[in-house]
Amino acid sequence: MDIKEKRILVSLIGSVLVFLFYALYVYNKHIAGSPEIINDFQFWGKAFLFMIPVAIVAQIIIHIILAIIAKITTNEDLDIIDDERDKLIELKSVKISHYIFLGGFMTAMIWLAIGAQPGLMFILIFSSGFIASTVSEMARLYYYRKGIK
Amino acid sequence: MDKIVINNNIRTLRFMANEMTQQELADKTGVSRQTIVAIENGKYFPTLELAFRIARVFNTPLEDVFTIEFMPDPKRTKKSQS
Repeated sequence: MDIKEKRILVSLIGSVLVFLFYALYVYNKHIAGSPEIINDFQFWGKAFLFMIPVAIVAQIIIHIILAIIAKITTNEDLDIIDDERDKLIELKSVKISHYIFLGGFMTAMIWLAIGAQPGLMFILIFSSGFIASTVSEMARLYYYRKGIK
Repeated sequence: MDKIVINNNIRTLRFMANEMTQQELADKTGVSRQTIVAIENGKYFPTLELAFRIARVFNTPLEDVFTIEFMPDPKRTKKSQS
């Protein structure tokens, strides 16, 4: 496994952990005490906005730790060259993630249309965003390992 | 449509060029070593631009670096026979 694949794997594990811990934190701190808050639009707005910096900072820390471990154990530098192959793989994986997110968004709209609670729409959008990002990373790993022709 | 198989002679050309390393070729063509590995192993077909860059490094025509084979489509062959 080369350094790019390791980077994706670490990023994938990191984003899963960050999402799970954040979801648990939000659930325990806000939803467990008052379940009716899931229909509060302001709560979801804050939850979305707060998650972005948390995820970015967590990813930066994870990548710094990976770079240090890679340098100490194998004397490898984190390859920062993004060439045409990387861009093509990125393009293909982002396309997959967009389809998944679009699927989640459309399902959320259908739920709303048939009269479900607005809170469920946010949970669906949140979840589809997370699944889309996870599958995108997995697709990148797949393309790096199997190749693209 | 005929199936296309693209092969490359990069490993041989590197050997002929004083055992040039994959990293050296990557540096000269502006891509990562992993991309050179993927091209050599037939896991990635480079763009025309990168293909020409690789040929330029070895100072050889593109046809000496990459070769192409056209394999007839079995479905079309069957149709034309019937």
